[in-house]
Amino acid sequence: MDIFEKLMKLDRRWVFLFLIAVCVVTYAADFEIPVLVEPEVEAIFNFVDTLPAGAAVMIPIDYDPGSLAELHPMTYAIVEQCWRKNLKVVFSALSQNAPGMADQAIRDISDSLKVEKEYNGVVYPPREIVNGVDYCFLGYKPYPAIIILSMGQNFRLPFPLDYYGTPLDSLPMMRDIQNYDDLACVIDISGTNATDYWISYGQGRYGFPLAIGVTGVSTAQYYPYYGSGQIFGIMGGMLGAAQYEQLADNPGLAKDGMRVQWSAHMMIIAFIVLGNVGYFVSRIRARRGERR
Amino acid sequence: MKRQIPVVLVGLFGLFMIFQYFVPHESSEWIYEFLLDWTIIIGIFAMALGLWSLYRVSVEKIRTRKPAWGYNYLTLVGLFTMMLFGFTSQNGEAWGWFFPFMVAANLTLVMIIQASVTKGHRGLFLGTAGVCLAVCIVIIIFDDTWGFHFETAEGLQSTMFRAFFDNILIPIFATMFSLLAFFIASAAYRAFRARNVMATLLLLAALIVMLRFNPYFGPLSPYMSKASNWLMNVPNLAAQRAIIIGVGLGIVATALKVILGIERGYMGKG
Amino acid sequence: MDFSTFLWTTFAAFLTLATYSFLYKDNPFYKIAEHIVTGVAAGYFAILLWHNGLVPKLWFQRIDDGDWWWLWLNSSKPWYLIPAILGMLMWTRFSKKYQWVSRWPMALYIGISAGIAVPLEMSNRVNKQLYDTMADLNWANFFGQGTYAMFDTTSGLSQLLIVIGVVAALIYFFFSKAHTGLFGGVAKVGIWTLMIGFGASFGFTVMARISLFINRMQFLGGWGQEAFNASGTTPNPNYSAWYQVFFWLLALLVIGYAAYEIVKHLRSRKT
Repeated sequence: MDIFEKLMKLDRRWVFLFLIAVCVVTYAADFEIPVLVEPEVEAIFNFVDTLPAGAAVMIPIDYDPGSLAELHPMTYAIVEQCWRKNLKVVFSALSQNAPGMADQAIRDISDSLKVEKEYNGVVYPPREIVNGVDYCFLGYKPYPAIIILSMGQNFRLPFPLDYYGTPLDSLPMMRDIQNYDDLACVIDISGTNATDYWISYGQGRYGFPLAIGVTGVSTAQYYPYYGSGQIFGIMGGMLGAAQYEQLADNPGLAKDGMRVQWSAHMMIIAFIVLGNVGYFVSRIRARRGERR
Repeated sequence: MKRQIPVVLVGLFGLFMIFQYFVPHESSEWIYEFLLDWTIIIGIFAMALGLWSLYRVSVEKIRTRKPAWGYNYLTLVGLFTMMLFGFTSQNGEAWGWFFPFMVAANLTLVMIIQASVTKGHRGLFLGTAGVCLAVCIVIIIFDDTWGFHFETAEGLQSTMFRAFFDNILIPIFATMFSLLAFFIASAAYRAFRARNVMATLLLLAALIVMLRFNPYFGPLSPYMSKASNWLMNVPNLAAQRAIIIGVGLGIVATALKVILGIERGYMGKG
Repeated sequence: MDFSTFLWTTFAAFLTLATYSFLYKDNPFYKIAEHIVTGVAAGYFAILLWHNGLVPKLWFQRIDDGDWWWLWLNSSKPWYLIPAILGMLMWTRFSKKYQWVSRWPMALYIGISAGIAVPLEMSNRVNKQLYDTMADLNWANFFGQGTYAMFDTTSGLSQLLIVIGVVAALIYFFFSKAHTGLFGGVAKVGIWTLMIGFGASFGFTVMARISLFINRMQFLGGWGQEAFNASGTTPNPNYSAWYQVFFWLLALLVIGYAAYEIVKHLRSRKT
């Protein structure tokens, strides 16, 4: 058995250990990877950044803990930007475990708004975030397609009460908000097929500006909608989140993870190359064997 | 009756929804809103079916002593505990007898399950369950540091409910999905071979996308980034668009077949 | 971070490591984590359906006026009883004899979702994508502009490539005619385009999977810094005796199980 055969027959647990080692070492080493911003992400940032104070933005949180790594950083960056700019945010959660994710995000971001911070050269004073004034969390209902359609008629149709059990009419910010017409845009952050429903049933029927933040796995499949203008921006995976954090001048977990992402990619590319070299070597040998 | 009425109902509601899209008159909007509202309510009941089957499957595994059956108690206790947290909340800072109550309540549940699966000693288990239940009731009556809330959503904001979500549900689910990172690394090593033109194209595209944010190519780095952006926005867009159009036509065709009663698979047998 | 949060985070870190132990092999720690999370997630969903579903949609709709002993028939919205009854009918699924009754509410749902799908999916998935493909070519900027003209996504050439790719890939999906001759040649271009698309998806998938692991590492790293006070110069106020007890209990569990596995392994070697 030569070295190539041995490598091909390696127990996969060694591969696992190697991946852990590579990631831990780069995580411990403190360096930064420059992030190049793409137009798809910049479009979302610019849209939110130019909204007048007091405008309302809807951010549906449609992901479960399984995709928190990629989508939580997006939520944190966008919502913090919105609240610093004094925009109002409507949250909804159309996936099973999503309300808990939204609940956690709202608590964490409200906390970080309590301190003064500087973004892109502008100093923002500390603020107390108040439920019903700065945000409204609608909560969960089953069947995303039906919910998205009925929210287009009126938010009170599927959500007479918000997540915390308060009637929508008694929340000050919801008095002027009936349906999508009263929102500046919808930025769907989703790890499920709710994105498809937001595009076909939400944007398609009610025609509001829609942008999406999706997991890496499904990023590629939404580019046609970007090309046709049905959505005005895409953030894909942790890289998309890192780009947004860069634009918002609010480095978080995504930007922090980029260096590990880079090293792990290099490792996987090396694995693919190694596997292919082994494959070709064995094929050439097999051919030589045939000739003999 | 068993098969005809559902087919008629599907056809009726399906045709109305199509009609409504093209005729957004006030009265048709009115019916439309009603139907959406009703579907949501039916959905809530339908979703609850899954919970009941989880309970049944777990108890069944305990009864038949399937491999690793003992762990199913954890599932049931987790389910029950989380539900109790969701229906209770503290009135102030003090915890009072809340945790003894939780233990007693969970013991009651376990004892009832034991009684339902056991072959002998049923009386013993039911008796223990009764004692535990009595303890629960006594605590509920005399402890006023916390209370049950069924009509209002205090439970969703209670400390333990949130702690369980943030520190049990999130880490385990997030970790389970992250196991995939290891399997994709192992697959990269074994499975991704440039066997022919198509596989080579696939690998090349993947490599360009994976190298997109590599800053260590000097002047080439921006080219890598632009190239991958172009790849996403031109060839990838074309491929995905063809798939989207294909899937879209598929959905429309299936929906029409369902509405017209040609496709009845949703009804199952019987 | 206060002490209780710190204890909880330690527990979360333990559960994370317990789940990762699956990478070595299936073991009791993984099984415990797996079964707990199934139950907790189901319990969470039950509460969600109650507080976010039943209460706002049914209870609240009728309790505002009307009495429950009238089954809210005297409220201003008595018709809510109909979907409630239909919803209850879903529960006949558990009976073999009356299972067919659950088809009625299901028929309502399926009819409605099929009905809304037809016009909306047609217009948004098919028509709008076709319109965009058939847009005028950008002749003024056919070969692209700027430093990276080659990769200008708005150039006429790029648009032309999209048209060719979409048509070819659609032809590939057309199975009613044998893929031979010119038709087969175009279909081949189609499959190449699709392969590039799948490659891009695959590249993104690798990125996604790795980032899931990165997040867990960030979490464990943050916890480790807090727990072992690796980065701080001042002693951690959370590092109390209770924490020690909790931490070492968890650690002992793991060490005990590892010892058991080693002994088992050694014994099996002897025999």
